[in-house]
Amino acid sequence: MTTPVIELRGLGRTYPGPPPVPALRPADLVIEAGDYVAVTGPSGSGKSTLLHLLGLLDAPTEGSYLLDGLDTSALNDRDRSALRGSRIGFVFQAFHLLPYRTALENVLLAELYNQTPRGARFRAAVDVLDATGLGHRLDALPTTLSGGECQRVAIARALVNRPSLLLCDEPTGNLDSRNAAALMELLDQLNAAGFTIVVITHDAGVAAHAGRTIAIIDGMLSMRIEADHE
Amino acid sequence: MSRSRTGLPASRLTARDATAEAVAGIVQRPGRAGLTMLGTVLGVGAFVAVLGLTATGAGQISHQFTVLADTTVTVQDNGPANDVAPPDTNPAIGFPADADAIARHINGVVAAGVWWPVSLPQGTDFTGSLALAATASQTVSLLAASPGAVQAMGLTMVAGTPLSRYENDTSQHVAMIDTSTATALGISPARLASQPAIFVDGIAYTVVGVYGSAQRVVTDESAMLIPENTALADFGNPEPGIGNQDEAQLVVATRIGAAQAVARQLAGAELPADPSRLVVTSPPNPQNLQGEVSGDLAGLFLILASISLLIGAVGIANTTLVAVLERTEEIGLRRAVGARPRHIAAQFLAESTALGTLGGLIGTCIGVGTVVTFAAAKDWTAVLNPVFTLPAPLIGSVVGLLAGAYPALRAARTSPLAALQHA
Repeated sequence: MTTPVIELRGLGRTYPGPPPVPALRPADLVIEAGDYVAVTGPSGSGKSTLLHLLGLLDAPTEGSYLLDGLDTSALNDRDRSALRGSRIGFVFQAFHLLPYRTALENVLLAELYNQTPRGARFRAAVDVLDATGLGHRLDALPTTLSGGECQRVAIARALVNRPSLLLCDEPTGNLDSRNAAALMELLDQLNAAGFTIVVITHDAGVAAHAGRTIAIIDGMLSMRIEADHE
Repeated sequence: MSRSRTGLPASRLTARDATAEAVAGIVQRPGRAGLTMLGTVLGVGAFVAVLGLTATGAGQISHQFTVLADTTVTVQDNGPANDVAPPDTNPAIGFPADADAIARHINGVVAAGVWWPVSLPQGTDFTGSLALAATASQTVSLLAASPGAVQAMGLTMVAGTPLSRYENDTSQHVAMIDTSTATALGISPARLASQPAIFVDGIAYTVVGVYGSAQRVVTDESAMLIPENTALADFGNPEPGIGNQDEAQLVVATRIGAAQAVARQLAGAELPADPSRLVVTSPPNPQNLQGEVSGDLAGLFLILASISLLIGAVGIANTTLVAVLERTEEIGLRRAVGARPRHIAAQFLAESTALGTLGGLIGTCIGVGTVVTFAAAKDWTAVLNPVFTLPAPLIGSVVGLLAGAYPALRAARTSPLAALQHA
């Protein structure tokens, strides 16, 4: 059996008080390579906390988090940064593209810190932009791109290092329904191509694309729907 | 390439990449970068211009000395401590008989020799030969000069030859005159072969040479030079003592830059037994002059330059801090794609340092341009000390580096969580 991409063992996060706020109660979860998982829940339920923990942007207060079988709970900031840069691709609701850099330069940014040789960066960035359907807009600034195109650039940036985990936070939140549908189709294709995807959303339509959905309510995880089309 | 417990190579940011990021950060906002640099540009520019202008001014003043005065040393005979000569006679000349040769042995001396103005009774006529219409003149200075002195005077001959060693050794009655004296006395330089003579106090001197211009001693007067020994035989010793019009002097032509060194050695070499009898005058040291000129005003300007550098630093610090706050989102994103806090700090530090360096470069160019333009307008030689000018852009770098320190620290401490929730 292969190592799961994500394995949570009693993972919990309590924000220090007073009074202490248990944002995520101790939870167990396994996500295998190639899984497509949606995390849903109302705002304030602990979705963002789980996202930050999975993305190594925040450290848990209890339990452990194994990424590719590696216990991240004990890692220092240096190693967590290295893991973020090489194993995790982030897609944000607000895109977070640098406004003064072209689409290509925004993608190249993801290769800046992870020891990719300079010569190899350009080729990889162009290839991944081609794959997300933006090969013709390499030199466009984000201000001249539509919301859908911006999110494709962001996905290209997340994919360029071929991460173990694609972590999407409300990826369609800033898109109209047509662009949102196209984006979800792209995520389906990526999942079909083997990428492990975790989408955090409150949109049931988005969650429906996932193989399984995990609901969070008041910091409690509950597996609700198992794969219905696999 | 350090490996961690994860088996992953740690995140890194090469110097080349950091520089590229910094340059990109500046180039993307050229207008803002320009305004940010302004203080540094002015500060470094003022610094270079002030140092350049004072050096140019001082260089101009010392330039007036370098051409001739800087190569001229004079030694005056102040007379013996106790006047031992009988009344109505003068004590012997302080300089030894071989004064010329002694001076020539000092390294840096080109030519040297003793001369003095011969004292004549009031109203003595200088009369050309009778054959030459016997024109008389009273405005000519009669100077006794050793062969070395004639050489040191740097005469440009129009006709004939300078006074020779043979003529001096044998006390010949020969003379050299300048062109204006020749004209006044009706002597044609072209006809020296006819051996025209000038009568002074009843003694005839054959004119052997006519000179046009002189570099030392006889630069702007009508003069008639006769050999030293001839003058001693005909008119006696000169009167020593500074302030007397006719004390004997030694004129020394030196190589450029050697005057001070030669001056220190002359008195001891010429009169080892009584060097204090000789008073040596050398040109002022150009470096002392420069120090005097670049005194008060330059100090004031340098203070102004420092103030504008300080303002430049505050400007860069302020803009960088604003940029850090403005780019919180970018910082969060960079952290998400693997940057460590030190990489974030390095990026902002590189940006502020690059801004400072660029400002320093532009400021240096403006400063150099100011000095060159000013010198050209005044027809002076621009003097820029490379020791101060070439590292001047680095002042801007240091300003940028210091100014960026606090903003960079703030940037490094930015929490990626807060940064990404920002929007």
